Amino acid sequence: MLISNMEILPGKEVKTHLGLVQGSSVRAKHVGRDIMAGLKNIFGGELKGYTELLQESRDEAMARMKQQAESIGANAILNVRFSTSSVAQGAAEIYVYGSAVILE
Amino acid sequence: MTNLIIFLVLMTLGYLVGQMAEKKHYKSIIQREKQLRELPTIASRFPPTDKLFDQHLVMGNTVISVDYFKRFIAALRNLLGGRVTSYESLLDRARRESLLRMKQQADAMGAEYVFNVKYETASISKGRKNAIGSVEVLAYGTALIASGSGNEV
Repeated sequence: MLISNMEILPGKEVKTHLGLVQGSSVRAKHVGRDIMAGLKNIFGGELKGYTELLQESRDEAMARMKQQAESIGANAILNVRFSTSSVAQGAAEIYVYGSAVILE
Repeated sequence: MTNLIIFLVLMTLGYLVGQMAEKKHYKSIIQREKQLRELPTIASRFPPTDKLFDQHLVMGNTVISVDYFKRFIAALRNLLGGRVTSYESLLDRARRESLLRMKQQADAMGAEYVFNVKYETASISKGRKNAIGSVEVLAYGTALIASGSGNEV
């Protein structure tokens, strides 16, 4: 499965457009990470735990999007976009969407 | 009285450790930027057509937080208005770090360019009184890998 955030692929042609596919994942951080983050809020600097957490949930959202694309028979997802929103205190939603296509 | 002491201790700790961490971070950013200068990141949506490329999505993210001292300064700024330099450097660091992580990922694949680079910023945790505690920056783009280089993904 080819995933790209461009619309055009040089040398390849889009045979069929299959519409939008999407995946999302809402994750909350666990208490241990929260305490560490609280400390970091005093000293400043990178919050490694959160970086990993968001990376994981982004991977999961992408996996869901891929699954959806596979189920409708696509072999590539083009023009992929990411979006993040904090839905509640301590939880973040990662949303990823793109257009599923069949490349020849 | 105890509250004041705690506050002062936190301020000094935040100031000293925060400044040190920021300097160290900037140093490492500048050094890695030099290393990866050969790999151009381009915001254009149109890839070069003279050659065939394999494409792969690459991304890098960073969550970064301000220290206690800077947050206090920013809160003071809110009264007076004007440039909030403490948050400016925070976002600058987060953006450059994310871009670097993305470039490192692309470099490991043997990419020639990274096209269509986009940034996305989100404040993931709002601290007390809704003050911005930490921001997440995601940088993503499409790595173009010359076909047949043996690094196909």
